[in-house]
Amino acid sequence: MGLPRLLAGLDRGRGPMTLAHHERVHGPLPRLASWRLIEMVAGSGLRGRGGADFPTARKLHAVASARGRDRAVVVNGSETEPASGKDRLLLSRLPHLVLDGAALAADAVGAQEVIIKVSERAADSIRSLEGAVAVRDERASIQLVCAPDGYVAGEESAVIHYLNTGQQTPTFVPPRPFERGYRRRPTLVQNPETLAQLALIARHGARWFRELGTAPDPGSALVTISGAIDAPGVYELAFGTPMRDLLDAAGGASEPLRALLVGGYFGTWVDATTALELRLAREDLRSVGCALGSGVLIALGQSACGLHESARVIDYLALESAGQCGPCVHGLRALADLVADLADGVAHIGERDRALRWAAEVRGRGACHHPSGATRFIESALHVFSPELETHQHSRCRARPAGLPVGSRALLGASR
Amino acid sequence: MSHRLRVNPIACEAHGLCGELLPELIRLDDWGYPILDESRVPSDLRELARKAADACPTLALLLEDDRD
Repeated sequence: MGLPRLLAGLDRGRGPMTLAHHERVHGPLPRLASWRLIEMVAGSGLRGRGGADFPTARKLHAVASARGRDRAVVVNGSETEPASGKDRLLLSRLPHLVLDGAALAADAVGAQEVIIKVSERAADSIRSLEGAVAVRDERASIQLVCAPDGYVAGEESAVIHYLNTGQQTPTFVPPRPFERGYRRRPTLVQNPETLAQLALIARHGARWFRELGTAPDPGSALVTISGAIDAPGVYELAFGTPMRDLLDAAGGASEPLRALLVGGYFGTWVDATTALELRLAREDLRSVGCALGSGVLIALGQSACGLHESARVIDYLALESAGQCGPCVHGLRALADLVADLADGVAHIGERDRALRWAAEVRGRGACHHPSGATRFIESALHVFSPELETHQHSRCRARPAGLPVGSRALLGASR
Repeated sequence: MSHRLRVNPIACEAHGLCGELLPELIRLDDWGYPILDESRVPSDLRELARKAADACPTLALLLEDDRD
């Protein structure tokens, strides 16, 4: 039914798709007038796939019409979400699709420079991009920048800060990158999947893009599914796909599920019964306080303890604070300690109210989104795993660790 | 012209003067950092807000024109 799109032609091998193979699968890269491409993207309804969900055409337009002569495009391939694998899959296996999108975006906004930022540990992505850039004939200059990992390192202002100064911390905004970014130029920062989608929209048009998905959420999306399922990996699915089908695409649940984490560590826990009734669509997800974010789904089995898993993740998020803003530094630390005590049954259940108050107070009070994303995760954990909170007051938790990835990237198996 | 208060959270070091000078709009969290429940500044508090912003040792409290 029209899928795969982005992942078309991807074989089971390991190496990057060659330019010749890429052009056989997708056809040659069209050159379009700036207004024409922005119009097509606007018609397609494409939104940024890095997590912020911002309409891509508006971002393109903002950079194209910003004051200043020089502009830049930054491909933000940081992918700092530990359970995400889609950017790495695109960059390491389908580099030409992302580079097509970057070239089109550079033309559309009038940028002479494209900077691709990836994790210095993503050796396969780096090799693939170096190989791909070497065989392409580009109008804009392309530069590959490899940076250290860190959860907040992928945040837009942190990426610009790193490129400008070598310091990978978020900055106080405004100015936003589209106003003043790389070397103070108006800068378009886009996630690799967004650019890959754009490369297909430029070839096939807005109407084609909308043939999949729903009216408010057109097209397909790359979703990284992991946890208690049989075939974890990156899957391309149409928006509107029922969550059940989505899990089935990844081999189905490997045990009865307790909950799903939607949207990664800035995301939201949803209990399994509710989650399985949802579709992969913003309106469905919003109805239970979720967003797809960067497309990360983690299934938690009933043999695991959502409280202890969440406590580990919160501890990780507290450690990953850039250490700049007081509410994030002190608030997340205190929350991590309190949630750990609640999970262990050491803190009285009444302390949950204190945790919820701290979470509400800390939200929105960082220079970047880190404290807001982390507190959303914490609030959902305290709500969804409320029954566990009760039982842990009286009896020791005997659940097996589910091993939600923290600290290093999840090693993802089969990708399709 | 109406005004808004904003905290630069990177610059703020929890000296807490703002909470002392402008309790009508600013309370402090459990670690001494300011919470603005409402950023819009009523006109009768504008002078106090100006004083609080000027008093911040790290210039982290910003009184800005409201552009909306």
